[in-house]
Amino acid sequence: MEFLVASAVGVMTAGGLYLMLRLRTFPVILGMSLLTYAVNVFLFASGRLTVGAPPILSDGVTVYTDPLPQALVLTAIVISFGMTAVVVMIGLGAFLGSDDDHVDDPSEEEDETVQGPS
Amino acid sequence: MNHWIIAPVVLPALLAPFIVLAARYHIGIQRAVSVTGVLMLIGIAAGLALQVSDGSILLYQLGDWAAPFGIVLVGDRLSTVMVLLTAVLALFVLLYAIGSGWDNRGWHFHALFQFQLMGIMGAFLTGDLFNLFVFFEVLLIASYGLMIHAGGNARLRAGVQYVLFNLIGSTLFLFALGSIYAETGTLNMADLANRVTMIAPEDTVGIRVAAVLLLLVFAIKAAVVPLHFWLPSSYAEAPGPVAALFAIMTKVGAYAIIRVYTMVFPPDLEVTAGLHTLWLLPAALVSLAVGMIGVLAAKRLDRLVAFSVIGSMGMVMVSISLFTPAGIAAALYYIVHSTLAGAALFLISDLVRTGRANLSLTAQPPIAGTTLTAALFFVGAIAMAGLPPLSGFLGKLLVLDAAYGSGLMVWIWAIVLGSSLICIVGFARAGSILFWKAHSIEPPEDADAMMRPSPLSYVAVGGLVSLLVAHTVFAGQVHAYTTTMAGQLFAPQPYLSTVVGTPGKMSKPTKEDN
Repeated sequence: MEFLVASAVGVMTAGGLYLMLRLRTFPVILGMSLLTYAVNVFLFASGRLTVGAPPILSDGVTVYTDPLPQALVLTAIVISFGMTAVVVMIGLGAFLGSDDDHVDDPSEEEDETVQGPS
Repeated sequence: MNHWIIAPVVLPALLAPFIVLAARYHIGIQRAVSVTGVLMLIGIAAGLALQVSDGSILLYQLGDWAAPFGIVLVGDRLSTVMVLLTAVLALFVLLYAIGSGWDNRGWHFHALFQFQLMGIMGAFLTGDLFNLFVFFEVLLIASYGLMIHAGGNARLRAGVQYVLFNLIGSTLFLFALGSIYAETGTLNMADLANRVTMIAPEDTVGIRVAAVLLLLVFAIKAAVVPLHFWLPSSYAEAPGPVAALFAIMTKVGAYAIIRVYTMVFPPDLEVTAGLHTLWLLPAALVSLAVGMIGVLAAKRLDRLVAFSVIGSMGMVMVSISLFTPAGIAAALYYIVHSTLAGAALFLISDLVRTGRANLSLTAQPPIAGTTLTAALFFVGAIAMAGLPPLSGFLGKLLVLDAAYGSGLMVWIWAIVLGSSLICIVGFARAGSILFWKAHSIEPPEDADAMMRPSPLSYVAVGGLVSLLVAHTVFAGQVHAYTTTMAGQLFAPQPYLSTVVGTPGKMSKPTKEDN
C-alpha cells in the first residue's frame, strides 16, 4: 500500500509539474490542480498509513490512526479549491480582456497595445 | 491570559465583513471605518510592543488548549515590532488610497485591505507552522483581490502570474509541512525546536528535505533570486497604494526565515549545517546584484521601484544569512527602513503617474505638482540607494559592519558597495529623465488642465518620508532595540519554555476525566 500511495503522489506531482511548465493558462491550472491532489494525498500519508482504525478514542481499540493530518488535509483541500476557483476567474478575465491566454509577460511590441489606461 | 494579543487579528476580521455587508455603497463610511480600524491597530500594536519590550513573552492559547495540541499566538519583541510596523505602514497607505481616490476605482478595496492586514498580523503573531500557512493564505487571497483592484488587461495578466506563482509556493509549503509532520509529529514551532535536536544523526534525511523546502517557500515570499520572478510585473502592475502595502509582504518571508531558522533550525544545528552560509548567502548576494542591475535597466518607473525592492530584500537577506546577532540586528534595522522606503517610492511613482500618460522613462511634458513630487522622489531615492544622510546609509553601514570578518567578507563588501553605485546611477537617470528633461518638452497646446494630486496624497507620502527621517535620527535607539531583539532570538529558551510549559485546559487530569 505504501508503494501505491507513494507512486500515486510521485506520478501526480510529475504530471502536475510538467503541466505547470506550459505557457498557457489552461494546462497550468490543470497542473496546479494535479499538484494540489498530490500534496493532499502526501499530507494525508504524513500521519502514517493505517487501515480501518478509528481516529478518536473508543472502547476496546488499541490501534488508532492519526487524526491531525486529516484535519490538515481538510484545510488544505478547502484552500486549494477556493484558490483554483480564483485563478480560473482571473485567468478568464485576462483571456477575455486581451484575447491571449499566455502566462508569461507580453513581448515588447505587444506591450504597447496591452497597456490600456487604468 | 492577556487577550490583547489576538486583537490585531480579530479586529480587521470583524471590520472587513462589516464593510462589505453594511457599508457596501457608502465609500465615506468605508473610509471612516477603515481608518479608525487602522488607528486602533496602531494603538494595540504599540501597547503590545511596549509590554514585551522588557523581554517577556506573551502567550495566547486559543481555546485554552496547551501548546503542542492547541494553536498558540506568541508575542515577543520581534513579532510585536513587525505588527507595529505593519499597522503604521497601513495607515499611510490607506490615507494615500483615500487621497488619490484609488479605493473608489473598484469594489471592496477597504474590505480586502482589512483582510490583508488580518493575514499579515496573524503571520507575524502565530506560533504554529500550519497556522502560519493558513495566515499566508489569508494574506495572499486578499492580495489577489487587491492586486487586480480596478482591473485593466495588463493588471489582470500580471495578476494571473502572481496568483499562479503563489499557488505553487503554497503547494510547496504544504509539502514541507507534511514532511515535517511525518518526521517529528508536531507543527508547533517551539515543540518542533525541542524535537529536532532529538533526531538521531543517521535519521535526518527527511528533516533535511523539510528544512530546505521550507526555506524555498520563505525565499519565494522574500523574492530571493532565483525565486523572484513573480515580483517585478505584479508589483509594477498593482495599483500604487497596493504595491506600497505589498512592501511589507516580502518582509513576511524575511520574518519567517528569521523566526524558523533561529529557533527550529538554528545555525549551530548539525542537521541543517551549510544551509545558511552555503546556499542562502550567495543567493542573497545575487538578488542584491540582480535587483540593483534591474534598477539600472528598467524602462518604466514602476518596474524600477519593483527591482529596487528586490535589491533591498537581497540586502536584508545578506544580513540575515550571516546568522550572527549583529547580522540579525542589522537586518531588522534594514527591514524597517526598506519597508518604509519601498512603500514611499511606490506611492511617489503613483504620484508621477497622476500627470502622465504612462510611466515609461522617456521625457514627457512636466506633470502637475512636479516640484513637490520631484523633491519627494529625490528623498526616496536617496533613502533607497543608501546615500547619507538617511537610514539606508546607516543600514548598509550596519550590514557591512556585521559582515566584517565573516568568511565571504570580500564578496559581501564588494557586492553591497558595487550594487549601491549601480542603484544610485539608476535612480539618478530615472529622476533626471522624469523631472529635469521634462522642462525641455513643450506641453501640447490642447492639453487639459492636469489635475494635481490631492493634498492628502502628499500628506501620506510625506508621513512615510518623515518616518524615514525619524528612523535615521533615532537610529541609535532603534539599533539598540533591534540588538536586544536579536539577543532574544538567539536565546530562545524563555520562548520555548513559555510556549511548551504553560498549562492549558485539561493539562492536569481531574477526577472526572478518568
